[in-house]
Amino acid sequence: MTHSLDHLPSAKEVGTYDPATLAHNFSDLHPPLTPRQAIIESQRCLYCYDAPCVEACPSDIDIPSFIRQISDSNINGAAQTILEANILGGSCARVCPTEILCERSCVRNHDTECQPVLIGLLQRHATDHMQFDGHPFKRAASTGRHIAVVGAGPAGLSCAHRLAMLGHQVTIFEAEQKPGGLNEYGIARYKMTDDFARKEVEFLLEIGGIDIQYGQRLGDHLTLDTLRQQYDSVFLGLGLGASRALGLTGEDAPGLMPAVDYIKTLRQSDDLGSLAVAKRCIVIGAGNTAIDMATQMARLGATEVTLVYRRGIESMSATGHEQEIAKANGVRMITWAQPDEILLDNQGRVASMRFAKTADQAGRLTTSGETFEITADAIFTAIGQSFEGESLRDTTAAELARDGERIHVDEMFQTSLPNVYAGGDCVKPGQDLTVQAVQHGKLAAHAIHQALAAKQEAA
Amino acid sequence: MNTTPFTPLSFPGKKNSGDSVVNGVDLSVNFAGIKAPNPFWLASAPPTDKAYNVVRAYEAGWGGVVWKTLGEEPPAVNVSSRYSAHYGKNREVIGFNNIELITDRSLAINLQEITQVKKDWPDRALIVSIMVPCNEEAWAYILPLVEATGADGIELNLGCPHGMPERGMGAAVGQNPDLIEKVTYWCKKHYSKPVIVKLTPNITDIRVGAQAALRGGADAVSLINTINSITSIDLDNMVAKPTVGHQSTHGGYCGSAVKPIAMNMVAEIARDPATPTLPISGIGGISTWRDAAEFIALGSGSVQVCTAAMLNGFRIVEEMKDGLSRWMAEKDYNSIEAFSRKAIPQTTDWKHLDINFKTIAKIDQDLCIECGRCYIACEDTSHQSIAKLTEQDGARRYEVIEEECVGCNLCQITCPVENCITMVPQETGQPFLAWDNDPRNPFRVAS
Ligand SMILES: Cc1cc2nc3c(=O)[nH]c(=O)nc-3n(C[C@H](O)[C@H](O)[C@H](O)COP(=O)(O)OP(=O)(O)OC[C@H]3O[C@@H](n4cnc5c(N)ncnc54)[C@H](O)[C@@H]3O)c2cc1C
Ligand SMILES: Cc1cc2nc3c(=O)[nH]c(=O)nc-3n(C[C@H](O)[C@H](O)[C@H](O)COP(=O)(O)O)c2cc1C
Ligand code: SF4
Ligand code: SF4
Ligand code: SF4
Repeated sequence: MTHSLDHLPSAKEVGTYDPATLAHNFSDLHPPLTPRQAIIESQRCLYCYDAPCVEACPSDIDIPSFIRQISDSNINGAAQTILEANILGGSCARVCPTEILCERSCVRNHDTECQPVLIGLLQRHATDHMQFDGHPFKRAASTGRHIAVVGAGPAGLSCAHRLAMLGHQVTIFEAEQKPGGLNEYGIARYKMTDDFARKEVEFLLEIGGIDIQYGQRLGDHLTLDTLRQQYDSVFLGLGLGASRALGLTGEDAPGLMPAVDYIKTLRQSDDLGSLAVAKRCIVIGAGNTAIDMATQMARLGATEVTLVYRRGIESMSATGHEQEIAKANGVRMITWAQPDEILLDNQGRVASMRFAKTADQAGRLTTSGETFEITADAIFTAIGQSFEGESLRDTTAAELARDGERIHVDEMFQTSLPNVYAGGDCVKPGQDLTVQAVQHGKLAAHAIHQALAAKQEAA
Repeated sequence: MNTTPFTPLSFPGKKNSGDSVVNGVDLSVNFAGIKAPNPFWLASAPPTDKAYNVVRAYEAGWGGVVWKTLGEEPPAVNVSSRYSAHYGKNREVIGFNNIELITDRSLAINLQEITQVKKDWPDRALIVSIMVPCNEEAWAYILPLVEATGADGIELNLGCPHGMPERGMGAAVGQNPDLIEKVTYWCKKHYSKPVIVKLTPNITDIRVGAQAALRGGADAVSLINTINSITSIDLDNMVAKPTVGHQSTHGGYCGSAVKPIAMNMVAEIARDPATPTLPISGIGGISTWRDAAEFIALGSGSVQVCTAAMLNGFRIVEEMKDGLSRWMAEKDYNSIEAFSRKAIPQTTDWKHLDINFKTIAKIDQDLCIECGRCYIACEDTSHQSIAKLTEQDGARRYEVIEEECVGCNLCQITCPVENCITMVPQETGQPFLAWDNDPRNPFRVAS
């Protein structure tokens, strides 16, 4: 996947970090709480009524309840409270930007207090230490219905688990060879250590009734038409497969690649030392993907990492906390500049990039004509993911109504086609976050269940 | 080079730790004739078990000690595994439980050490706790031996709730008013110095014991001893703690958790017309200067501490003396005496309370963190007097519905933010009316 960087040295050759430091650089960014710390932290929760943190959690976890269970030393109870609302509670505990979700709403942020309860770390504590005899959730009696789920990312997995719990049989069709979606391929490596994504899916599948078929791509081997015919309902959890391009000449030159493609290789690598490293690199973008890319490059040993964004810091979609992480790793941030030209060396590889200075004029981004150049061995683009239209090629799929490029759904996550539902990043509602995808999948499962039950009654 | 000889600074060192004046305030007491530089005494327990501990306590600044209870020879034998605790959520010890007996060292050694310590520390109070069988000969034998040590007084341990009652001593005596009176009488007969009777709380009415002690001629009472308790069960092995082998037994409870119980008992005696001037040494859960001040305000002339010292070491007396003296200075109390019993006139029976008094909760919206605890507490379990509102920006707002509020204080108690909810007395325009005189009271007395 990183052939475009084949001419660059490996992390080992660059040699900024010895193997032990390199491994350390990609171990847990936020180490887990010790049991003692968890107990102390759990005491800080005020057990609010109608707690604002719950309102702020996209997956509706009963936060005061699970924290009280931790403080009662009832770790399994705490884990079950979390998982019944969010079966991927373990990965959400690691990847949720809590600073803009639950923890932002914690009443202990108030002036008279000082710091929110560390909800994310407590959630991780419970899910890391749970010990169940078998799977904690039981399946309802079989309904005899069989549902197809496309995509084994957070949305698809959450939907499948809930459907299985409600008594349905589920088959998941996944294009890749591994489950997990971006949990497996996209999330920064230091947030998902120890193969957690795989372990979590293994746990989720313990419920039974879910079959995953790998290497099955909708739009390739599969059509929505056949899925609709063969299954009682279909759920689409396709994510956003494509990376937006800059739209400049030279985008296919060696040395330039989408950040998510690099991260995917990084996530799958068994040998960090063998990864290609650009000593000087540029990351273009302002979201968490850009931050993750810049930070991971710095941690691999790049010495000059520059993140360039065409607007001001305040418009960056990466949270303040994420920005701090990048800065702490020595990432330089340049704002109000946009890519103008990719400059190549005599072998046609990326050598530097010219940027045009930008300004905001009454809401419109304008350029003044002033430019500057930054030398770089590689340029990583992280200007957003877009919905991969290829998945919806067959005639039935092509009929699906869209919201912009994404699949249109109503509040029950139903698409414009009967029996076809969708959720996660591939639909419009909510933020593009793991926890949001889990919630969509869960709610869609309930909607599917209800629709099937209603049909049964009518019949 | 011009070198000046180095002169060591002089610190107010250990030799001064017995100073009765702290922060300009005189903390000395004269308790039933026993003088001490301050009212902080160590209760009869492991901290006062032997000369080594007691000397360290005096060095740390304690005003007095009640020596660990002496008994007849041969000395008691203790089991291994002796204490357990009732923990708060953060592993702070709320209550402490023990199954120890009285001293397990020989009488001769104890007497010898007491004599030496009293000689070395003449300004500190040294009281000897005693428990021997309930017959005059036993007391007549031991009292002259104790008198010979030069100690300032004795305390009768009539309250140990475990181990000793089975031997006809301790609580078995303390639960029987006639025996309390009798034993006190023997002590006054065979001992010339002050006799303090230590009362057990394992009874129904503490006043009965105090009255009996007074009848027997006691110079003072001290209370409380420990309360019968089982702190916790090991649910894996189905046995209580502390666990001795595979068994357990009930112990004596003390520490912070017992303070409210002890304070009520102290107040009961201080308010009792039968014992109006009987000196009281307050004991039970005292760990801070504030606890001590409260016991004194309810009628204690000195206070005794055990658990807090056991959990933190003797150094805590430093903060206790400092805090108490600063508070006294602030309030212009120039002696312990000056505020002893000050809260007693305001402590009365329910029936004398003003039925026309009205107080209402008030929420300081600037301090409120919107946790909703007051709301759910009042809504589910009290008088549905707090309204839950949502502001335009989505913020929560909790408001007291004044007409519904009965002034129970529940919201104020459950609110996590100090001073966020205050209880505000209302001007009702109605006169003071005690329930005794209320026309709604079928048993009213005409006023
Ligand atoms: C680099 C990066 C970092 C991120 N970091 C965070 C973070 O720290 N915290 C956070 O909350 N969110 C983060 N996100 C966002 C988060 O990963 C997504 O919101 C979430 O994974 C969405 O889940 P999903 O199931 O909708 O889609 P995906 O996770 O993308 O899963 C879609 C699945 O469908 C499969 N698929 C796609 N098309 C087809 C097809 N045609 N046929 C069959 N299968 C198909 C894919 O292979 C994949 O397995 C990050 C995203 C990126 C790109
Ligand atoms: C381990 C232990 C042993 C005790 N032994 C005695 C004793 O021998 N004689 C006695 O009168 N009280 C004894 N007590 C009771 C204490 O003197 C004191 O009355 C009680 O602990 C309450 O005070 P506190 O809450 O400050 O601990 C003992 C208490 C403890 C904890
Ligand atoms: S808002 Fe904070 S204190 Fe209140 S329940 Fe949630 S985590 Fe606990
Ligand atoms: S405090 Fe601990 S170490 Fe000391 S005697 Fe007791 S059990 Fe032993
Ligand atoms: S309990 Fe206190 S802080 Fe919480 S909502 Fe009520 S008044 Fe506000």
